[in-house]
Amino acid sequence: MRLSPDEAIFWQYGAIKLNATIAFTWGVMLLLTICARVMTHKGILEMIVTATEMQIAEVGLKPAKKYMPFLGTIFLFIATANLCTVIPGYEPPTGSLSTTAALALCVFVAVPLFGIHSLGFWGYLKSYAEPTVIMLPFNIIGDLSRTLALAIRLFGNMMSGTMIIAILLAISPFFFPVLMTILGLLTGTVQAYIFSILASVFIAAATQK
Amino acid sequence: MLIDWFTVAAQALNFLILVWLMKRFLYKPIVNAIEEREGKIASQLENAAKQQAEAQTLRNDYQEKNSEIENQRAMLMDRAQVEADRMKQKLFEEARQASETLYAKRTEAMQNEARELEVALTLRTRQEVFSLARKLLADLASTTLEEQICRVFIHRLETMDEKEKTTFAEALKNKGNSTVVRSAFHLPQAQCEELRSTLQSLFSPTLQVLFEISPRLINGIEITTDGYKFAWTIAEYLSSWERCLGELLQASTRTPGLDSGKGNP
Repeated sequence: MRLSPDEAIFWQYGAIKLNATIAFTWGVMLLLTICARVMTHKGILEMIVTATEMQIAEVGLKPAKKYMPFLGTIFLFIATANLCTVIPGYEPPTGSLSTTAALALCVFVAVPLFGIHSLGFWGYLKSYAEPTVIMLPFNIIGDLSRTLALAIRLFGNMMSGTMIIAILLAISPFFFPVLMTILGLLTGTVQAYIFSILASVFIAAATQK
Repeated sequence: MLIDWFTVAAQALNFLILVWLMKRFLYKPIVNAIEEREGKIASQLENAAKQQAEAQTLRNDYQEKNSEIENQRAMLMDRAQVEADRMKQKLFEEARQASETLYAKRTEAMQNEARELEVALTLRTRQEVFSLARKLLADLASTTLEEQICRVFIHRLETMDEKEKTTFAEALKNKGNSTVVRSAFHLPQAQCEELRSTLQSLFSPTLQVLFEISPRLINGIEITTDGYKFAWTIAEYLSSWERCLGELLQASTRTPGLDSGKGNP
């Protein structure tokens, strides 16, 4: 039993390799792009975009349009990647710690970028020394730890769900894995929401004084 | 090892590519479409608000004009009513005056006509009466009307009461013992002498008597002196006939149409 789709390698040339994580990620990207291209004028996508914009605005990020491509894509990618678990043979890229770490790193980089864009370079740096300079190391540790937490939380949830389904398939009748898959869909959607909302909150904290 | 750093880098790159793809194919078109629609809606709302404001303005103008027209109409109606009342009163007054004038003219005309008829009838009657009397006297009594009148006058003088005779005698004395006998016709010499002798025998033998013809007398004879007059004419008989004739004419002129129209303006 594989713990991560990273271990399923289809092609390798030195350090460069094409594993299941990357392959399924491309698949999800292709699916999303096709849907976006084909369904641009359909109401359902407009509803998703409008709802995303409202959520971002409710967190306090204004104008929401500025942050929507980044935060909306995080939600759509994770949610699509998790919902595709209903496809037989599919392994969610989010079940790979590499993917979740990559996403967490993107958030980790995006937070200071958006912060500097809003507050200026020194303004953003000053926020680390607030409320006192003594808090500087703790703020830095907080940034690192929350990035780590983001990555591990998503990975843990998705990996455990996949593992549980795999184990149940091995030991129990077909009915229980189906239930767990349905539960996994709900968990996956909730995790996508949690990841994108946390990213929004971190960015909001960095962009507002 | 759970983390493969090449995969991490690849996934980060994949994610960034996906962000670009989503921005390019999903967010941008949809946001643009929404903005365009919102802009259109805002523009339509703005136009609607503008049109509503214009409509409100027009409505206010219309209401203002309407109330102004209503006031003018009421004022004109009042004025027209007053004018109509005044005109009606004036026309009534004119009609009443015209009616009264017409009635008065008609009445006057009828009265004139009646008078003329009366005069004509009187004259004609008088002529007929004289003609008849003359003829009758000539046929039955072999005398003339004038002779008979003179005879009647002399008889009256002779039968005059004493008081009247005294009064006349005094008047003659005051007048210088002379008197004038007027008659409507020429008295023959015999009648003149008879009258003179009668008067002289009654009042004074020296009484001077003058004779005159006076057309105003209607077949009669009168003696006047110093404001005293003694006369006999057939006018007294004719006046009774004229009264009867006048009553008859009045009765004939009092027509129903004239009577009913008299009271109306």
